[in-house]
Amino acid sequence: MTAVELPAPRRSSLDAVLRARELGIVIALALLVAVTATSNSRFLSGQSIRDILLNTAILAVLAVGQAVVVITRNIDLSVGSVLGLSAFTVGTLLQGNNLPVVLALLVGAGVGVVCGGLNGVLVRYGNVPALVVTLGTLYVVRGVTYFWAGGSQINADELPSGFLDFGNATAIGIPYLVLLAVLVLVVTGVVLRNYRMGRELYAMGSSPHAARLAGIPAGRRTVGAFVVSGGLAGLAGVLFAARFGTIDAAAGTGYELNVVAAVVVGGVAVFGGSGTVWGAALGALLLTTIGSALAVLEINQFWQQAIVGALILLAIGADRLVAARVAASLKKRSSHVR
Amino acid sequence: MSDGSPILRVREVSKSFGAVAAVRDVSFDLYGGEAHALVGENGAGKSTIVNMLAGVHRPDAGTIELDGRPQDLTTPADAKAAGIAVIYQEPTLFPDLSVAENIAMGRQPLGRFKTIDRAAMVRQAAQLFTRLGVSIDPNRPARGLSIADQQLVEIAKALSADARVVVMDEPTAALTGVEVERLFAVARSLRDDGAAVMFISHRFEEVTALCQRVTIMRDGRHVSTDLLSDLTVDGMVRKMVGRDLGALFPKQDVEPGAVAVSVRNLTRDPVYADVSFEVRAGEIVALAGLVGSGRSEVVQSIFGVDPRDSGTVEVGGKILPPGSPKRAMAAGVALVPEDRRQQGLVMELSIERNVTLPRSRSLSQLGFLTGSRERRSAKEWADRLKTKYGRLSDEVGTLSGGNQQKVVLAKWLATKPKVLIVDEPTRGIDVGTKAEVHRLMSSLAADGVAVLMVSSELPEVLGMADRVLVMREGRLVAELSRAEATEEAVMFAATGQEAAL
Repeated sequence: MTAVELPAPRRSSLDAVLRARELGIVIALALLVAVTATSNSRFLSGQSIRDILLNTAILAVLAVGQAVVVITRNIDLSVGSVLGLSAFTVGTLLQGNNLPVVLALLVGAGVGVVCGGLNGVLVRYGNVPALVVTLGTLYVVRGVTYFWAGGSQINADELPSGFLDFGNATAIGIPYLVLLAVLVLVVTGVVLRNYRMGRELYAMGSSPHAARLAGIPAGRRTVGAFVVSGGLAGLAGVLFAARFGTIDAAAGTGYELNVVAAVVVGGVAVFGGSGTVWGAALGALLLTTIGSALAVLEINQFWQQAIVGALILLAIGADRLVAARVAASLKKRSSHVR
Repeated sequence: MSDGSPILRVREVSKSFGAVAAVRDVSFDLYGGEAHALVGENGAGKSTIVNMLAGVHRPDAGTIELDGRPQDLTTPADAKAAGIAVIYQEPTLFPDLSVAENIAMGRQPLGRFKTIDRAAMVRQAAQLFTRLGVSIDPNRPARGLSIADQQLVEIAKALSADARVVVMDEPTAALTGVEVERLFAVARSLRDDGAAVMFISHRFEEVTALCQRVTIMRDGRHVSTDLLSDLTVDGMVRKMVGRDLGALFPKQDVEPGAVAVSVRNLTRDPVYADVSFEVRAGEIVALAGLVGSGRSEVVQSIFGVDPRDSGTVEVGGKILPPGSPKRAMAAGVALVPEDRRQQGLVMELSIERNVTLPRSRSLSQLGFLTGSRERRSAKEWADRLKTKYGRLSDEVGTLSGGNQQKVVLAKWLATKPKVLIVDEPTRGIDVGTKAEVHRLMSSLAADGVAVLMVSSELPEVLGMADRVLVMREGRLVAELSRAEATEEAVMFAATGQEAAL
């Protein structure tokens, strides 16, 4: 082997595209905020921003978990139900008991980990598509919650004040929930980008066949991804309970579609292998902001769904376009290689 | 050249899939610093050997020894850890990840807190490419790389793992001449660095250009292992095919009638180009060639299941529109596809429903399918083909392979075709059923049906066909009459060795 002059590591075009992808969301977000704020300046009031951030925190935690699963070319539709079960479990536990918040968080996450583990095992060993498995567990977990709760509801006055404070208190002006979501985001983002385990998740999603031949423990990693998604959904359930204080068996119904929408809008490829949790979190922020903006602009709430739908189509369309152009430019480039 | 003891010994390995023995008692040795060719016809068991070395399949019997120690390769990770790298014809890269990551996957250099040291990873990839003498940007994603470049990335992967055994499974099939040269230069340098290279190819000029030793397989068995210097290309071909053609094939002599189907300049880029031939009534024409030479695609395009770029198909004087199996069926064309489980049968439906599927319209009354009519017709055909079944209402999936094939044949014969296209009619079925299928084809031809048969089994081609058309890499390269068609002649044409003819 001879010593060689090495080219300085360049930014790959893939990185550039991904950054552009996230930049697109940021621009859309900025436009949205600017337009809404000029129409109604209260939109930028401290309380309004706080609300958006708190709602985003819950959705973002779910979206981060979902992104991990989607990157492996799977999907987890059960997150809304898991959030509900976790919220109700924690609420029941805290009724009249003043347990520390950390314990509540751990219990909630634990509930989620069990559900996620079940999903993962069914997908892995049942050899059933994740879409079907998690659609099943969506109903099963929700059904269990309804059965358990009956028609009962846990109200804020039954919860210890320490727990409710956690939902509203701030540190250096930032709500705890948001700090927790950022922590989750950073840790997951770093693991996915900088650790072998994380890269193997991308590899599995990019080509399951190649991953098998490369000796990646795909089964374990699949179960792991579902456990992460489930655990984060459980954690989100605790955040939900702390934020709203009122919990019934229907908590988090329909969340799964918002989460998937956030992930897709955030540029995580539905066929796996690419995208980042940062994008997914930005997607969550954008969707939440749209919801608030429409309310401020006094646009009918029903439009929100249509707009979110259009945004998903736009995001997927943009991704296809970019992918086609990148593929074309890469082909051209490779033909210059000797 | 080699000296000393072999790096890898394959000892009497066997592997069966269901009732089919893919590999039986095969042994050979791979030496360091030597390129070893593995050749054989389609279905000789080469891929199974590769998959056993790769840890994808586990041998039923026998052992694989590395440096004298038996290895238990149960997963691809085991093979990788043992120092065996496999480069497949279709490389297995992660399209979304960068080239450097593809190379380093599972073995990334780590920095602080066990995080991946990306700079070091890219540096390593660049060093490997320099050593291989190729220029690929380690930072670009693997998506969009040419097949040749993808293979070079695979080789870089093997180098980075310090693989001592490098298995290349038909790496050159999709490469251009220049790319083959570059690949060979790399393979030679690997070999000269002491690795044992196993090279699988259908092209003899490549085998002779690269390898020192050759192992020949036939029908899952080991035929011979020789030094290439002791063997001529003719000798290799003879050993590959060397079988007796018994009187197994009941071909009746038929005077061919009018042209039944005429194919002109059929082209579909890049699968095949400029394919022209005709088949007369009463004639059996075989389309021979290696797997992947475009035979199945041509017949599927004739039937209208596959698209085509240009060219015409004329049946009974009428031009068939492309892409319309319905019109082809109306004109009297029937296609018995290669993959009966996927394309030929609806496995969950009953035998009778499968047999009558293409005729459901003509069998129905006022738009309703009546059970009795369907059953009568199905029974007639199933009996004519001596199909063994429990009840006609059983699911087709419960039948044996041979009987399934008969149901597919019954299904199409019942439409009374003028042109019958059969793709690998006897793949995976036992000898007895094979003979029945052959007898049936022969009698159909005697009744004036034009038969076009795609087959990879040379004895079948030679035994059944009035004429043999040979395809290679998407082109029709030879047309041999029954008298001219010998195993050697077909094999030479299919592998591009016209010079020896």
